[in-house]
Amino acid sequence: MIEKSLFKERLVKWVLVLFALSSLLFLFLIFMFIFSEGLPLFLKVGLFKIIGGSKWAPTKGFFGIFPMIISSFLVTFGALVIGAPMGLSCAIYLSEYSGKKMKMFLKPALELLAGIPSVVYGFLGVIYIVPLVRDYLGGSGFSLLSTSIILGVMILPTIISITFDSLVSVPRTYREGSLAMGATKWQTIYKVILPSAKSGILASFILGMGRAIGETMAVIMIAGNALKIPGSILDPLRTLTGNIALELSYASGDHRLGLFSTGVVLMVIIMLLNYVANFGIKRKIAK
Amino acid sequence: MRIHPRIINRIVEFGLNIQAFFTVGILVVIVAIIFFKGFPYVNPEFIFAFPDDMGRHGGIFPSIVGTMQLAFLSIVFATPLGVGTAVFLTEYTRESTFTKLIRFGVESLAGIPSILYGLFGFIFFVIKLGMGWSLLAGVLTMTIMILPTIIRTSEEAIRSVPRQLRIVSYSLSATKWETIKKVIIPAAAPGILTGIMLSVGRAVGETAAIIFTMGSSLRLPLSLMDSGRTMAVHFYILAREGISMEKAYGTALVLVLSILSINVLAYYVMHKAISKYS
Repeated sequence: MIEKSLFKERLVKWVLVLFALSSLLFLFLIFMFIFSEGLPLFLKVGLFKIIGGSKWAPTKGFFGIFPMIISSFLVTFGALVIGAPMGLSCAIYLSEYSGKKMKMFLKPALELLAGIPSVVYGFLGVIYIVPLVRDYLGGSGFSLLSTSIILGVMILPTIISITFDSLVSVPRTYREGSLAMGATKWQTIYKVILPSAKSGILASFILGMGRAIGETMAVIMIAGNALKIPGSILDPLRTLTGNIALELSYASGDHRLGLFSTGVVLMVIIMLLNYVANFGIKRKIAK
Repeated sequence: MRIHPRIINRIVEFGLNIQAFFTVGILVVIVAIIFFKGFPYVNPEFIFAFPDDMGRHGGIFPSIVGTMQLAFLSIVFATPLGVGTAVFLTEYTRESTFTKLIRFGVESLAGIPSILYGLFGFIFFVIKLGMGWSLLAGVLTMTIMILPTIIRTSEEAIRSVPRQLRIVSYSLSATKWETIKKVIIPAAAPGILTGIMLSVGRAVGETAAIIFTMGSSLRLPLSLMDSGRTMAVHFYILAREGISMEKAYGTALVLVLSILSINVLAYYVMHKAISKYS
């Protein structure tokens, strides 16, 4: 009886170890398959011709994704320009100014923004933002600007919730000390709270960037998907994610491998961003 | 001239107020647009009829069923894996290199964008394992995508179970597994449920990963090997190919309403769970 239950205990433990290892296994499989499909082309065509090349004509042997790399960073930067100030000030309002009841209502409401699917954002962008840009600023409307606006709104929940958490975790004594010295509330926020929450805020921006650079469906609907580096914020562009999503369903042979090479580049960028963000968060906790 | 700090303080407070309401306003406007534009086209026929002529006429019944199948089967696979991982991380080990490695795996999975899941699911499940565009390929891809959410929320829920419950259970000579099964999991159930519901919301709204694994067949998927189309994919195709704006708005309403109600419910359950032990 006791032996039987001891055996069961051990069995459960090993099953749970296996379950826990599954995440690592999945991560390994994802890396292995995307890299094993994507890397051969780097060897065949040449790393520089893919990363540095500016012509994408995969059926004719041109696999340059340089414009897409630049475009991905441009929309990400654009999203940050729009989303970061909005998100930061919203988080400051939530943590420092709003009453308890307001907080209870606003925080979940803003987090619900994250639940709206990206296709819906894309659709609303096409219906409302694109014509607005076209009519008032010119161009086709399918542009860097429109994409940045939509992505900026999409990364708000990420930025707000992480910034909020790091603002709230600033010790109360800091606030009290500053207020006791006769500083106004804003002086306290600006000179004491924001500097002490700096690494958390930075991490929220980087995670927001990660979300923006990986966003696909909304981007292919609004960006216009042109194959060149945009000359102005009103020009259309194609991102790395867009390139994969637009062509994967019909690509074959080297063309398909080219899409996996695009995936490899995207994966490397995302991993770097996540690493930097996690590093920032860990340092905050260590402090 | 130097402006008095107290005046700056007032101005900033005013600005932040406006800013916060502007941001909430965006949410309200998005939901309002979807609701008012879609409302006229949603009726019982729209929900329960099969689509006709690529979705130009008729309803969205197969895509509703497809969405439910995808969400249900993914949580059936992901819940044991995720809760099991969380139990292992909280009950069976101390922080070590091994747990750090597992956490690294979970964090990394959470950071991978959905298009890369689509790329992986397409090459691994659809092509290499020969599943073709199928419900099964979609479900397996989705399972991996939602795993990090379930692990994180379950871990948090299990950690918040008071130590006394464990001590009492052990003092009654229960084994570790009995304690987990009969005491810890039931006590952490609301938190775990929150994670599951948030995952359902994610599965319902996902497009990029699903379109390349589950495909976009308009027929009702009757077996795991059938291709199918979720509401999100159906909406994307209707909108992108300009098939029917009316049907697109209608689908968007059903889609957004289901996700929002699932998420609101999730927050409600979480709220209950938090107030239970604090």
